[in-house]
Amino acid sequence: MADQTTKHLKFFGIGRIIPYLSKVNKLIFLMVFFGLTGSLTDIILPLFQRYALDHFVGQGAFDTIAIFTVFYLMTILIAAVSNYISCALAIIIEMRTNRELRQLGFNHLQTLSFSYFNQNSVGYIHARLMSDTSRIGSLVSWTLVDCVWRFSYLIGAIVVMIVLNAKLAAMVLSILPLLTVLYAIFQKRLITVNRQVREINAQITGNYNEGITGAKTIKSLGIEEKIQSRFTEETQNMRKKSIQASRLRGLFAGTMNLASSVALAIVLWKGGYIATEELGTFSVFMSYAQGMMEPLRWLVDIISDLITTQVNIERFTNLLAVKSDVEDSPEVVEKYGDILNPKKENWEELRGDIEFKDVTFQYPDGDETVLEHFSLKVPFGSHLAIVGETGAGKSTLVNLVCRFYEPTQGRVLIDGRDARERSQLWLHSAIGYVLQTPHLFSGTVRENLLMGNPDASEDQIWQAIHAVSADDVIAHLEKGLDTDVGEGGDLLSTGEKQLISFARAILADPKILILDEATASVDTLTEAKIQAALEGVTAGRTSLMIAHRLSTVRNADIILVVKNGRIVEQGSHSELLKLQGYYYELYTRQYEEEATAKILA
Amino acid sequence: MKNKQTISLLWRFLKGAKRYFLITILAAGITALADMLQPQIIRAAIDCALGGKEADFPAFVMNAVDRIGGFAYLGQHLWIMALAVLIVALVQVVSQYTFRVFNTKASETLVKTMRDQLFSHIQHLPFSWHMKNRTGDIIQRCTSDIDTTKNFLSEQLTSVFRIALLLILSVAFMCSMHPLLTLIAMLPTPVIILYSFRFHKKIHDGFEKCDESEGKLSAMAQENLTGVRVVRAFGRERAEIEKFEKQNNDYTTLWEKMGKTLSRFWSISDILSGVQVMLVVIFGAVYCVRGSLLEGEYISFISYNAMMVWPIRQLGRMISELSKAGVSIDRVAYIMNSPVEQDAPDAIDAPMDGDICFDHVSFAYENSPEILHDIHFTMKAGTTLGILGGTGSGKSTLMLLLDKLYPLEEGCGRITIGGTDIRKIRTGHLRQNIGMVLQEPYLFSRTIAENIGITSPEPDMEAIRAAAQAAALDESINSFTAGYDTMVGERGVTLSGGQKQRAAIARMLVNDTPIMIFDDSLSAVDTETDAKIRQAIEKRFGKASVILISHRITTLSAADKIIVLDRGRIVEEGTHDTLKSAGGIYQKIYEAQSGIQEVCP
Repeated sequence: MADQTTKHLKFFGIGRIIPYLSKVNKLIFLMVFFGLTGSLTDIILPLFQRYALDHFVGQGAFDTIAIFTVFYLMTILIAAVSNYISCALAIIIEMRTNRELRQLGFNHLQTLSFSYFNQNSVGYIHARLMSDTSRIGSLVSWTLVDCVWRFSYLIGAIVVMIVLNAKLAAMVLSILPLLTVLYAIFQKRLITVNRQVREINAQITGNYNEGITGAKTIKSLGIEEKIQSRFTEETQNMRKKSIQASRLRGLFAGTMNLASSVALAIVLWKGGYIATEELGTFSVFMSYAQGMMEPLRWLVDIISDLITTQVNIERFTNLLAVKSDVEDSPEVVEKYGDILNPKKENWEELRGDIEFKDVTFQYPDGDETVLEHFSLKVPFGSHLAIVGETGAGKSTLVNLVCRFYEPTQGRVLIDGRDARERSQLWLHSAIGYVLQTPHLFSGTVRENLLMGNPDASEDQIWQAIHAVSADDVIAHLEKGLDTDVGEGGDLLSTGEKQLISFARAILADPKILILDEATASVDTLTEAKIQAALEGVTAGRTSLMIAHRLSTVRNADIILVVKNGRIVEQGSHSELLKLQGYYYELYTRQYEEEATAKILA
Repeated sequence: MKNKQTISLLWRFLKGAKRYFLITILAAGITALADMLQPQIIRAAIDCALGGKEADFPAFVMNAVDRIGGFAYLGQHLWIMALAVLIVALVQVVSQYTFRVFNTKASETLVKTMRDQLFSHIQHLPFSWHMKNRTGDIIQRCTSDIDTTKNFLSEQLTSVFRIALLLILSVAFMCSMHPLLTLIAMLPTPVIILYSFRFHKKIHDGFEKCDESEGKLSAMAQENLTGVRVVRAFGRERAEIEKFEKQNNDYTTLWEKMGKTLSRFWSISDILSGVQVMLVVIFGAVYCVRGSLLEGEYISFISYNAMMVWPIRQLGRMISELSKAGVSIDRVAYIMNSPVEQDAPDAIDAPMDGDICFDHVSFAYENSPEILHDIHFTMKAGTTLGILGGTGSGKSTLMLLLDKLYPLEEGCGRITIGGTDIRKIRTGHLRQNIGMVLQEPYLFSRTIAENIGITSPEPDMEAIRAAAQAAALDESINSFTAGYDTMVGERGVTLSGGQKQRAAIARMLVNDTPIMIFDDSLSAVDTETDAKIRQAIEKRFGKASVILISHRITTLSAADKIIVLDRGRIVEEGTHDTLKSAGGIYQKIYEAQSGIQEVCP
């Protein structure tokens, strides 16, 4: 039995997680050991009953009662201690394995490129990190110790029976082949039906999601009944499948129970003759005959469990195996360090010259070339603007400058050197970045600001705040800079978050400043503040501005106009207007909208 | 469970499941009784059939034995006893099977009723309720709280019943054989139950702490994944890893501590119940020798005692868990007790192709100042009405009121369609006949064709295609490999904002409703598409009453009547030709939108 299980385990993907267990393998060994001693006491306990029957009752002699009690108590104590240790260890192993895997996964995610995050939803990645790991953790602890308990008990019981009375044991064990056949008949069906129930359950959750998230739309369409009938169909299906599953499970459990009664009947029928002389042995046989079936019945649960866990193992180890599209070469890591051990002493100062040299680019998950032999110089201190409609692909150039992606062909030069010659961390630490949807981290405002420059003085902090006109935002906060911003900064309004994230970027005093639709999702007041601050904070820096609103980019040195992922026009504001092309069209339309909004306000 | 209302709610959920529960409980009773019989057969075999002693079995048993040939005959033919074991086992298996299947039937019927009623209730809760309550929270109540409630009603309650029955019967049978030994066996039980109960009450806080810590860890991962761009842009990977590591360690340590407490509890329970068994073994032996207990009785006594041990250990936990279920039931009751939308008893399916009239309508949202003041206008059937207004002017509220998504209080004016007050029109009928595209339309996770055709009972592919063409969505759909059968949403392609809006427009057009509302629906699409869609819609003008809410004069100018809303009041009313020179807001906007050429440098 045990052998077969090991074979199965390998098959269930266990092999793939063994390398990650190095820190707990000693504990696992201990857990198994104490699991064994625990199950040994379970096998021994009925033997006390046998002794009591044969010696005390059979011979009427209580001469050994004291020593009997002592041994009995000791066995109980050993059982308790073994169970304590193996259970405590199981939890410890479970939690440490979870921790280890989660950390590994988390660390790995910090190095993966954006294409991974674009292709996989946050929910999906989050589930890999949190639920897959915990399933694996419980596999190497509880499932394992359970196996040890149950199967060593089974083997122990068989051994003791053989020792006590080989003939009777042989008769009891003769039902085992029958059980194997029964097991083979049920196992596959049970596993299938278990899976089906799980799938329907997931579907019902999905339906709830739809019914609740889409409630407003459902109402306005007046299709409540239609949605409801679909839902009812699903719950009906769930009910049917669950009952079907319980029939199958009940049948299986029933036959197993019947088998254990057959064993009991065999003991009584064939073993009854010994009852007069060896009543103790007889009673022990009865206990074992009934206890033997338990591990076998449990086998179905464990296998169906292993099959689901196998999926978790596969998905999680796949996550760890994903390679980043953007990786620092060994030489670069050698010189500049990696994210955990940066060698800041070797970092050069960034000057702020950017050059695209014959760059051709295609997103790893896309099938269209978005840049073809594109060359452009953005010398230090100049301002580049990229405009176009939402979803037109304006972020591509910024992604390349930040080396979130690398060109398919050609090079991006930072200060005249290929961006790949220095580490990502070096580049990111020197670039200021303000995103469309501002994101703050749990903690105080001050902690968030200091992200940009951990060594900034109080003065510098206030200068940065002042530079982006965020003074009154801070003044409004209850505890000023020490106000907690909440998870993802959600205790603040989007506008407040944006001004703080703007200040955060400025505080780092970056040579290259990137504003990625910084005003697109904020209120008009914040927008006005950011607009007003722009000229001041971009002076003395190379700036890249992605903008939806064209009035903000009029002063840029170069404007790139993007449509359907491609750059269609390029030039200064007045040149582009003269062209009377796409930029002109966008501009007039926006002017119209702005004028309208102004009148209506 | 706070009040009567909740209990009556549970009673309502139990509808249709009660008889299954009854059978379940009956089957549990039969199983328990059969469980009790098995040791009696063994006892009879050992004491009477083999031991040749007298035992006080009930008269009907003795009669039956005598008819077969007396105990001595049975001792010669032990197979008859073995057969009795098997027959009882068969009864056990059948009743267990019945218990399992009917328990599942009961719980699945129950959970289906709960899910259906809850879902239906949610569908019929008013729009304002959905605006007020957070989606995530409602989903939580519908999934995990439902599961807890189900477990409470189907597993815990039946388990408590089973355990109590088993306990009572075991004690009764034990008492019938040896009251004094029974007393000794019962001695430690109050201690075990009390210890377990108190422990589980206490450990509750520990579990909560662990949950909270896990929540934090999970949120941290979520925050990191959503903020991946910021993390990278600021080179924050290392700090993030350290932060995660700390929380990861905290959580693990918390659980390790918890694991030790739990294991301690388990092993102390092991000792307590081990000692209890030991007492029975030793004192049983003593009574055996003294002659007050027969050997067979001794063995069956030990069997009964074994049946009792686990239930006793479970009982404390059961009781402590019952209190947790109350919380979940209350959370479900919160939804079920929220009042649903209701039609007046005399509501009718009035014809919807009449004039629409807002008759001195004023409106305020709950706990907010009045947003619409004395709105009064009439729109002739089959004409087109344009509405121009800034953010917060109340134009969208107007449409929500027309669709009865917010009810108009008595005394705040009337809205009539064809002369009938909409309060008197059946809500479902009204909404099915008013086509409206919400600003944030929701698409269902079905195919595109199903989404467009969702309002019609028998979706007609021709009509769906035509609607998609009119909404300028046809081209996008054809670019998908699966075309109209492409799945939308989580399980399929993600549509862009503009595509979603066009799909929602198509969904509305396919229905050919007598009233159509476009609430800024074309804002997310570009001018070209806007024009295309408008042309397609204009073809349908004349048949339907169309309301266009827009900022674009080009969109509004074709309307038969235009009203201008400002801060909840109608400030201008007329046609494009009269308004464009009336000297009001409309004229200003008209000029701003057509005088572009001169404004541009």
